[in-house]
Amino acid sequence: MNSQIAAILTMDGVATGAIYVLIALGFVLIFAVTRIIFVPFGDITAFTALTLADLEAKRLPGTASMIAVLALAAALMEVAALLRSGATNRIPRALIYYLVLPLVPATIVWATAGLAMPAPLRIALTMALILPLAPLLDRIVFRPIADASVLLLLIVSVALHFALVGIGLLFFGPEGVRTQSLVDYSAMIAGTPVSGETLLIVASAAFFSFLLYLFFNFTLTGKALHATAMNRTGARLMGIRPQQSGTIAFLLGSLLAAVSGVLIAPVNTIFYDSGFLIGLKAFVGAIIGGLVSFPVTAIGSVLVGVLESFAAFQSSPFKEVIVFSVLIPVLLWRSWSFVHADEEDEE
Amino acid sequence: MRRLTLGIAACAAFAFGASTASAQDITVGFVTSLSGPASSIGLNYEKGINAAYAYQAEVDGHKINLVKLDDGSDPSAATQNARKLVQQNHVDLMIGTSSAPGTNAMLTVANELKVPFIGISPVNVPIPKEGHPWGIAVPQTPNLMVKVIADRMKREGIKTVGFIGFTDSWGDLVYNGAKAAEKNGDPQVTSNERYTRTDTSVTAQALKVMATKPDALLDGGSATQAALPLLEMRKLGFKGNFYGTPALLNRDFVRIGGKAADGVQVSAGPVIVTSQLPDSHFSKKIGTKFHEVFKKVNNSEADDGFSGYSFDGWLIFLNAAKVALKTAKPGTPEFHEALMQAIYSNKDVAGVHSVYNFTPKSYYGVDDRSLVVVKLVDGKWVYQP
Repeated sequence: MNSQIAAILTMDGVATGAIYVLIALGFVLIFAVTRIIFVPFGDITAFTALTLADLEAKRLPGTASMIAVLALAAALMEVAALLRSGATNRIPRALIYYLVLPLVPATIVWATAGLAMPAPLRIALTMALILPLAPLLDRIVFRPIADASVLLLLIVSVALHFALVGIGLLFFGPEGVRTQSLVDYSAMIAGTPVSGETLLIVASAAFFSFLLYLFFNFTLTGKALHATAMNRTGARLMGIRPQQSGTIAFLLGSLLAAVSGVLIAPVNTIFYDSGFLIGLKAFVGAIIGGLVSFPVTAIGSVLVGVLESFAAFQSSPFKEVIVFSVLIPVLLWRSWSFVHADEEDEE
Repeated sequence: MRRLTLGIAACAAFAFGASTASAQDITVGFVTSLSGPASSIGLNYEKGINAAYAYQAEVDGHKINLVKLDDGSDPSAATQNARKLVQQNHVDLMIGTSSAPGTNAMLTVANELKVPFIGISPVNVPIPKEGHPWGIAVPQTPNLMVKVIADRMKREGIKTVGFIGFTDSWGDLVYNGAKAAEKNGDPQVTSNERYTRTDTSVTAQALKVMATKPDALLDGGSATQAALPLLEMRKLGFKGNFYGTPALLNRDFVRIGGKAADGVQVSAGPVIVTSQLPDSHFSKKIGTKFHEVFKKVNNSEADDGFSGYSFDGWLIFLNAAKVALKTAKPGTPEFHEALMQAIYSNKDVAGVHSVYNFTPKSYYGVDDRSLVVVKLVDGKWVYQP
């Protein structure tokens, strides 16, 4: 291995790692606020890529009908819950949030299916379509069991992942897709060619990490989320609604998944079931950050990407083994160096 | 619906006609995957057998009844189907199925119940120690698929070839095939790089292959994701030719591969390029007939290799039945034995894929003639004599 190869490998690893950063940040965010390890995160990323490819091929993406079905189910559940608690005056508001808003992008996509659209519009539509996905899943699947143990939430989350993979096969078919390049640009950094796509991925990851930082430190909603993450009961006593915080966390998670999906679509062929492995590797990054720390998570995710790249060069058949083996020393180090404040005991 | 009607017809024939003229009918059972993960290729097998049945449905005045069943991509369902076909429908011969595990399962049943079986997917069941096996496999062996393309590389003056393939058993088969060909003077394999279908990048593997400076690259992937190494190698500035196996004959591979995949050469059954074959080729006449009948029956072009295996299986059966009918009556164990012996004794049976010569020593009966080399030119596969 010479320095040129090392440079290309590092570049490739950082680009992959940057995708993991976006997803891992979403993992940490959702876990911190809701205590849910959101396993289907990678699937949402894959669905974004598939949706974008469908729009590019002038087909009606399966996501449109998927969102419509989910929105209907969520609205029904919400209305039923409100009726039972007697809060009928809040029904119109619930209908707007759970039915009308998610259906707007789905309707636009449905109405414009088959029309040629410029790339930025396609991306905007895709993101708008994907955004309600995680919050709707939250409302349908997780809200009824919000106070269950972390273990139960994890098991439900895994089940949801399998359900989504099946739905993905149904809506998108078994074939893989790859979209057109977003940018047609190539730069030379230290004698190594770097594609515009790589730069875009890294820049987006940095940008969205920075946005999250601003959001958590300088907005009231961000601080409310932070408070919920620190202590659910305490936050509730201060007048913060944990359910609302959860919805916002899922919305942000959806956004991060959508961004990573848009970024990954032109650089790799994505199948309906590609998301899981991407999510799992991002999860290793999130574990390095202890599912708490955003900066450590980001660094960990980039490390996973670089490690994966070098492992693939050294011994490609054992690449995954090497990447996932990292979990063992990380977990050992984590369990020795941190004192656990058991969250379950506080309540 | 037609499947149901045929099934009912066959059952009725069995129930009412044991002593009438229909006892002279030959009954054939066909199993494929019409649901489940293997159904995307299972449907092609189904279309192939429909074309075959429309092509010829009687032998020397004996009508042939075809009973078709779906195994749902499940080997245990394939086993049950095989037993059902033999014990309830009293078939004289079975053809199946679209997945390798399912085909192995059916072959095991055939060996046990002593009913001839024509496998249309690869098999690897041990040959029975006593007597002869009760089945054959129509497709080309993976080793042969690689050998034909490796021979072509040698002919084009290529000395070394890099390898990138799947981490699964398909990658192993292609790599081992290339290694075996290397011993016979074909190009030297310089690398053994692997990736999985869901990988996000093969940059590292491609770099490693580039470092060994091969003249060409052998692609051991399959379907859509086989395009990934080709795209990456071209991006890194690789100038050599690309070679592959029939696993690359896929519409989505061509779509995703785009410009990078242009010029890739793969080994393929001649049925893929029937219209481009010279008139002297064994597959030209029967292949043209196959494409005609296929189009009439299915309203679509036969642009896959799988439907051809069903059709060839049917041809092998027709040829064997012609011989067996001289010595035994359909529906008897003697007829089953005679059919199997006829499959072994018939020489040079020309199908759309290959010229078949079966022996009791191996399940396979194909040779070099069963594969031609085709090249991807502007999104179309072109025959390379």
